[in-house]
Amino acid sequence: MNPNFLDFEQPIAELDAKIQELRHASRGQSFNIEDEIATLQDKLKTKTAEIFRNLTPWQVAQLSRHPARPYTLDYVGVICEEFHELAGDRAYADDAAIVGGLGRIAGRSVMIIGHQKGRDTKSKIRRNFGMPRPEGYRKALRLMQMAERFRLPILTFIDTPGAYPGVGAEERGQSEAIARNLLEMARLEVPIVCTVVGEGGSGGALAIGVGDRTNMLEYSTYSVITPEGCASILWKTAERAKDAAEALGMTAPRLLELGLVDKVVREPFGGAHRNPRGMAVRLKAVLLNQLDELGTLQIPALLDKRYQRLRSYGAFSGG
Amino acid sequence: MNWLQKLVGPRARSSTTGKGKVPEGLWEKCDGCGAVLYKPELEASLMVCPKCGHHHAIRARARLAAFFDEGSTQELDAALEPTDPLKFRDSKKYKDRIVGAQKQTGEKDALVSMRGTLKGNPLAACAFEFSYMGGSMGSVVGEKFTRAAELALAERMPLVCFSATGGARMQEGLFSLMQMAKTSAALARMRDAGAPFISVLTHPTTGGVSASLGMLGDVNVGEPKALIGFAGPRVIEQTVRETLPEGFQRSEFLLDHGAIDLIVDRREMRDKLAAVLALLMRQPKAA
Repeated sequence: MNPNFLDFEQPIAELDAKIQELRHASRGQSFNIEDEIATLQDKLKTKTAEIFRNLTPWQVAQLSRHPARPYTLDYVGVICEEFHELAGDRAYADDAAIVGGLGRIAGRSVMIIGHQKGRDTKSKIRRNFGMPRPEGYRKALRLMQMAERFRLPILTFIDTPGAYPGVGAEERGQSEAIARNLLEMARLEVPIVCTVVGEGGSGGALAIGVGDRTNMLEYSTYSVITPEGCASILWKTAERAKDAAEALGMTAPRLLELGLVDKVVREPFGGAHRNPRGMAVRLKAVLLNQLDELGTLQIPALLDKRYQRLRSYGAFSGG
Repeated sequence: MNWLQKLVGPRARSSTTGKGKVPEGLWEKCDGCGAVLYKPELEASLMVCPKCGHHHAIRARARLAAFFDEGSTQELDAALEPTDPLKFRDSKKYKDRIVGAQKQTGEKDALVSMRGTLKGNPLAACAFEFSYMGGSMGSVVGEKFTRAAELALAERMPLVCFSATGGARMQEGLFSLMQMAKTSAALARMRDAGAPFISVLTHPTTGGVSASLGMLGDVNVGEPKALIGFAGPRVIEQTVRETLPEGFQRSEFLLDHGAIDLIVDRREMRDKLAAVLALLMRQPKAA
């Protein structure tokens, strides 16, 4: 088992390994194995296509948290010509589960805010697995209000299992920090474009997710509760997460169909983690396009449209 | 009340339950001090134990009836009903859960909203019905709250909300999450216009409601000993793997940590809020 591949990706991992092996073995040899490699590569392509054609919502949920999936700073590295990270909430601490700062994208100034997960054990812990505490949300708000003062559009990157459920987080007002962001983002006088790049986990995701456009990457998820959390409440066991993922309707195409997100950004063949650069380039084009669209609106019109969008979310009968 | 119920707490109890233990349901045992209370007397004191002051759950309608001036109320958006946009099904269909909750509570969904007067001054108020699927916020709750806020905004009058909820309703998936954004956006408009919002957090208020409209009052009020927080205590215990301190996430704890402005006894709620609102609205002192 290759730990960098999910269960259902194992056939891909095996073919991948075989190709590498052949390449390695043939080095410096006189016989030609290019034909064989080409055959294997075809097979890899077909197999990948086959697996990704019929992904279940639970498999998508796993992809959204794939260990090799690009995180906010990976996107920033490709999308921005420059980026200057800014830290701290000015009240208590700097929360490494959210990063933010000034960036330049295609020559323009923007404010970038995003959840950040770690790659190795040490950085995973430092980033608290992408689960922010109140100071993370307050830092995000501070930077967004700074963006408003200097009339910079805001780009957010969402990728969190949820806000951190800890004693300190409660003591310092986790609810208030999230709630205040929701209120303030609804009335910030600059364009805000939000993109779910991995896990869109509940209020902890939404707290940097209110704006003028909501994008989702093809294999990202966005949900009111994690499938595990939902399963343990409604099915009384986290083992039914697969069923919960199905029931919650948390995948990008489904949410687009329900009118809750504006755009699904296609991922490279085999998922963003197979080609992070390609993914970032694709996303950059989408973001620039949306910034152009939003840039033509006067502020009152922008805010009115934002309100009408938020206002439209809901499914009910009786007027 | 047996030991099991004591452990589970007074969550699902209401003024109409409690039958079976005592003949004809005329007597109720206090969850706080165990005193046997004459039910009409308990109801007259708004489900607050006259002996120890313990605040029992109160139904949304009883709450609003006691809050507004008598005979001044007009219900808002009473016809709104939930649909099942995801065709959600766990061990039970969401559709069936709706029917069950409606039958059990007599409410179409978990929020009742009204307009009326408080000591002669107009305002809108809404209350969560906790016995309707744990007072969870789905599309109807979010929409009714937002409409009440928009009405208050249009008429430049205050809005008061009494919350009692476990948070967002899972069965409506992302629709429920988006109600947090929608209600908060409506409150942003109220703030811009200078129409006051008072959030009264009652037992329990957690999750997506606490992390949106619940914490967004110009004034946040807690009822005594109400459990208020983002994550529920069980989730936190599982995460940090330690027992939580006594009183953690209770109103008094939130007051100490600066999250709420004041704690008000339910029996004094009307007088207190009328006084605060009259000052915010620059109206003469309430009678």
